[in-house]
Amino acid sequence: MCATCGCGHSHSHSHSHSHSHSPGHEHGQGHSHDQGGDFATRLVRVERDLLAHNDAHAARNRALFAARGTFVLNLVSSPGAGKTTLLVETIRALAGRCPLAVIEGDQETGFDAERIRETGIEAVQLNTGKGCHLDAHQIEGALGGLPLRPGGVLFIENVGNLVCPAGFDLGEHHKVCILSVTEGDDKPLKYPDMFAASDLLILNKTDLLPHVDFDVARCADFARRVNPKIELLRLSARTGEGMAAWLAWLEARIASPANVAGMGTGG
Amino acid sequence: MHELSLCRSVIRIIDEEARRQRFERVRRVHLTVGAFSHAEGEAIRFAFPAAAAGSIAEGAALEIERGPGRVRCLSCGAVWERMERVAPCGDCGDYAHEVLGGDELKVTSLEVI
Repeated sequence: MCATCGCGHSHSHSHSHSHSHSPGHEHGQGHSHDQGGDFATRLVRVERDLLAHNDAHAARNRALFAARGTFVLNLVSSPGAGKTTLLVETIRALAGRCPLAVIEGDQETGFDAERIRETGIEAVQLNTGKGCHLDAHQIEGALGGLPLRPGGVLFIENVGNLVCPAGFDLGEHHKVCILSVTEGDDKPLKYPDMFAASDLLILNKTDLLPHVDFDVARCADFARRVNPKIELLRLSARTGEGMAAWLAWLEARIASPANVAGMGTGG
Repeated sequence: MHELSLCRSVIRIIDEEARRQRFERVRRVHLTVGAFSHAEGEAIRFAFPAAAAGSIAEGAALEIERGPGRVRCLSCGAVWERMERVAPCGDCGDYAHEVLGGDELKVTSLEVI
């Protein structure tokens, strides 16, 4: 079993979970101590969230972003969906109009941060090693190396992974999910947590639509089943098709007083 | 998700509570894993002994309460509890819903000495 994320410990279901996992208690396994001679136990209430540690760091990040008037997006996707290329093209389109900074996340290499720096923008590369997502503590550590100025945008490009990043608040205003048309239109139902956690879905590589079996309407319908409020954009970072709508989405929110006051939803 | 690191969070919480609530060993850990959380109960059960080794919860039993998710149908207003993240409304068949709860992942209580 992967010690980091527990993969390899799956079990199959032939039908919906409601049959196999009815709500209720499951009794824990016994243990090797002799309970006969044990002292009487007492029950202490705890009521503490396992993710509180990450959420505390995320809250500090959120407060810092608000103080600096910076709009922050957490870009999530499978590996290869086109996050970095979209960022490079977005930076080229926005350059000079507002301050920009990027945090890149990958298991290994500095390739992506290098590509960003070639555009003239500052980027910090985080390498997670065996880790499969960025967490708020790592982001906190990276912020010292970046200029965050009022009216600016910080793009956080998460580790390519359609599962784990869904559960980790980094302090962002929004998670933006990028799905490329080569990945199949059923992904929103197969990976619901990620689409539920994202406020915007960008369908990328639309220039390849003639060459793949991807039903845009079906994908949109599935995404809305998981998250009725999710917004949708279609574009090709490579050809530029649809980029104007994405830039308009960004510019409307960068300028929003709610963002400057730090009232983005994030999480 | 990251059940081993979640179990390490459980041990960290246990150590902090041991100081606060003054106990020395844990015999049973009660966790709530909501149906809409990002964790899997069986993987937590698998990872727990490794995380607990050498701690005051070593050898403790684990009880996992799997709470359902709660949703409100955005078409007809019906409120449901269910384990599936995505499902049609039992009354009107629409999928559009608002999540009301069910993503908790917490240590609820401990049986201690």
